[in-house]
Amino acid sequence: MTETAMTETAPTETATTEEWAALMRAALKGEGTAYRRLLTALAPVLRVAARRILDRAGADAQNVEDVVQETLLAIHLKRQTWDPAQPLMPWVWAIARHKVLDALRRQGRRVHVPIDELDAVLADTAAKADDAHAGNDVARLAESLSGRERAVVEAVYLAGASTTEAGLRLAMSEGAVRRALHRALKRLAAGDGGAQS
Amino acid sequence: MKTDDLILALSADVPPRGPSLAIALGAAVAAGAVAALVGMQLTLGLRPDILAALATPRFLFKCVETAALTLMAVRLAAQMARPGAPRWSAEAGLFVPALLLFGAVALELASVPEASWARRMVGVNGAICLVMVPALSLAPLALLLAALRRSASESGALTGLVAGLAAGGIGAFFYAAHGTDDSPLFVAVWYTLAIGLVAALGAGLGWRLLRW
Repeated sequence: MTETAMTETAPTETATTEEWAALMRAALKGEGTAYRRLLTALAPVLRVAARRILDRAGADAQNVEDVVQETLLAIHLKRQTWDPAQPLMPWVWAIARHKVLDALRRQGRRVHVPIDELDAVLADTAAKADDAHAGNDVARLAESLSGRERAVVEAVYLAGASTTEAGLRLAMSEGAVRRALHRALKRLAAGDGGAQS
Repeated sequence: MKTDDLILALSADVPPRGPSLAIALGAAVAAGAVAALVGMQLTLGLRPDILAALATPRFLFKCVETAALTLMAVRLAAQMARPGAPRWSAEAGLFVPALLLFGAVALELASVPEASWARRMVGVNGAICLVMVPALSLAPLALLLAALRRSASESGALTGLVAGLAAGGIGAFFYAAHGTDDSPLFVAVWYTLAIGLVAALGAGLGWRLLRW
């Protein structure tokens, strides 16, 4: 973990987070496609962050996906509390932190992860999410795939859809889903997902 | 529900509904002020010497003090409603009414004889102030908390407390147009107590209502 990742300040604005902020601005103007892209990009980052924090707190990591969904829902319901003139990520992290602490409290865990440390974990996750080479987590690797393959991997592997379901959802034929999945998995297995953008 | 389905559902619901937070809070303050004004007129009425009072610095201080408290507290509540937003400058804003009060008390102590301090502090309407300021603050508090339901504050109790300060400021502003105790010494004791009650109520309600 680098020195910068340890500092309490939110991750610096990167090309990715600036793009996310632009997507959120478009979403607030009513662009559903931009919004879906943003939430789809945020979900894996939130998933990694939630898993790491729950693990770290010694909590049941089974409800990682619940935390991710609660965070996405809170982002949606509270989207008007983001000031478009401000960076997006501190706002996202604050919401994610609130929801993770909520989940820990519900499990009756004494929350012994200091807030600063949470920030560091989150900042570190963000740094890693920006770094396409890091990690061997499917969610993180899926991030490095191109749009369509990424959507397929996320639908099938992370959300657990069947190829038929994924095809319906992504408006692709089942054959196209299978082919995209195959290409994506080959690339992930070869570990060069980062070469794609 | 699968996360992707959730994302699809959420992205089908993009256009934000309702006014922005700032507008909602502004509207709550305005409507709360109208409610407190009407409440004051119906129950207490303006003091008979209101026009003469408007020319006295002590009366004006009551208005400025309570208005400053309301503005600064609403400003802070608006920041607290935004997750991850910097708060220090809005928090520092609360020093404005605090310093105004200290300054006015110091001036009063320096300018009136010591023998009259106790009389000025106790005043004549302390008990009425203690009942009516919170009573006039109830509608503003309800409106502010309703506006803050759309907020995402990290601590509902603290945000409720700050909303209580703002509502108490509104109630006190309009009570001030009735009350004839104009000494800053009276304000420092009774208004502070009365607004403190509203803030405590706001904290309790905020803890329950501002969860998300």
